[in-house]
Amino acid sequence: MLLRQLSKLIQSKPILIVAGLLLVLPFSINAEEQVGPVVPKAKAKATAENGCVAPIADMRKNHMEKLLHQRDDTLREGVRTKQYSLAECINCHVSENKETGITPSFGDDKHFCSSCHNYAAVKVDCFQCHNDKPKNKNYKHSLTDNPMKHHNDMALNNEKLNKETLDVLTSSGGSK
Amino acid sequence: MDKNMTDLARRNFMSKAVAAAGLTVIPGVMLYEVQARPADQAATNKVRWGMLIDTNKCEDGCNDCVTACQTENGWGSGSNNEQKSSDKQKAQWIRKVKLTDKQTGHVQSLPLMCQHCETAPCVDVCPTGASMKRADGIVLVDKHTCIGCRYCMMACPYKARSFIHEDMHDQEVHAPRGKGTVESCTMCVHRVDKDGTPACVEACTKADKKAMMFGDLNDPSSAISIRLKEFGGEQIRADLGLNTGVRYQGL
Repeated sequence: MLLRQLSKLIQSKPILIVAGLLLVLPFSINAEEQVGPVVPKAKAKATAENGCVAPIADMRKNHMEKLLHQRDDTLREGVRTKQYSLAECINCHVSENKETGITPSFGDDKHFCSSCHNYAAVKVDCFQCHNDKPKNKNYKHSLTDNPMKHHNDMALNNEKLNKETLDVLTSSGGSK
Repeated sequence: MDKNMTDLARRNFMSKAVAAAGLTVIPGVMLYEVQARPADQAATNKVRWGMLIDTNKCEDGCNDCVTACQTENGWGSGSNNEQKSSDKQKAQWIRKVKLTDKQTGHVQSLPLMCQHCETAPCVDVCPTGASMKRADGIVLVDKHTCIGCRYCMMACPYKARSFIHEDMHDQEVHAPRGKGTVESCTMCVHRVDKDGTPACVEACTKADKKAMMFGDLNDPSSAISIRLKEFGGEQIRADLGLNTGVRYQGL
């Protein structure tokens, strides 16, 4: 039934069909290429399934919330946990080009933050004040079996884990 | 004459007795010593950080504290030295001040920086809440909310704050600095949070001048409190009643 209608349509209105094909064509060609920005890889991964400090999907969507929260906690209250620290993001995600030896600056497509921000045309002003490059070029995660490498400084308070530490440890696949 | 001698003897006895009493008190006091705060806990008002500067030990011509601050916080030299700004516009977190008594010619030298007032005028006048005092008494600029109006610079009686007129690159990681915001001494808050001492104090002690001292003003057993109790300490512009965290001796 449907086929019969379709063949009728082809016979009666061939121009429409050609126009339709032309519309679809560019998409079918581009589908082979990379869609979206090329995001540089981090120097290390905390765990295979969780990416770095939180699941990748969560970080992609909510990193700004986490940074905003951390910045107020750190500046106004002196909380200096490393999990959502901007400096730690930069340490691990921004690295020098091995051939040229140049570390990309914010604004460059090869800089971790701007690779995506340039693509999405979202302006951030973090790096008007903050350094966009790691100070220690040889930054590596400390050698540890701990799957959450960023949380080594989360101290035990009177041998009791505080709530934040507990949340982090239990929500992330934790210790095995 | 005799009377004086006996008085002196009594005085010697009393001072020894007091010293002995002090020794017995110290072990008890140690119990209240403030432990290093874990990274995930907020600063509290149980401590109040302060500094004590002995102007008699501060040498005229010595600039160690200023240089240490510059290297620690990345201002005043290298790529962070504002090239297009005049000397009056450039950042100055800490500076050396020389006082000369015109009558006697007596010269005093002292470092001057943010005095970390309890009732800070800069915090009072800030229209956005960017100029703020932490629970432990350290006065800071929250550059995230600073709009660069410079009211705080006008309000500060110590001329302790500066404004950045130029784009900044390659800042120190722990001391973000950016165009259009006001900045001042942070009492090396990043070091203090890790149980360290400010860079200026460290440099002064390292050079064996020992003119600067850092500690908790709320803790009666801290070295700074003991010294302040014994010898007293002056505030600059004490008439303003700001209860500064930085005190001076020998002014």
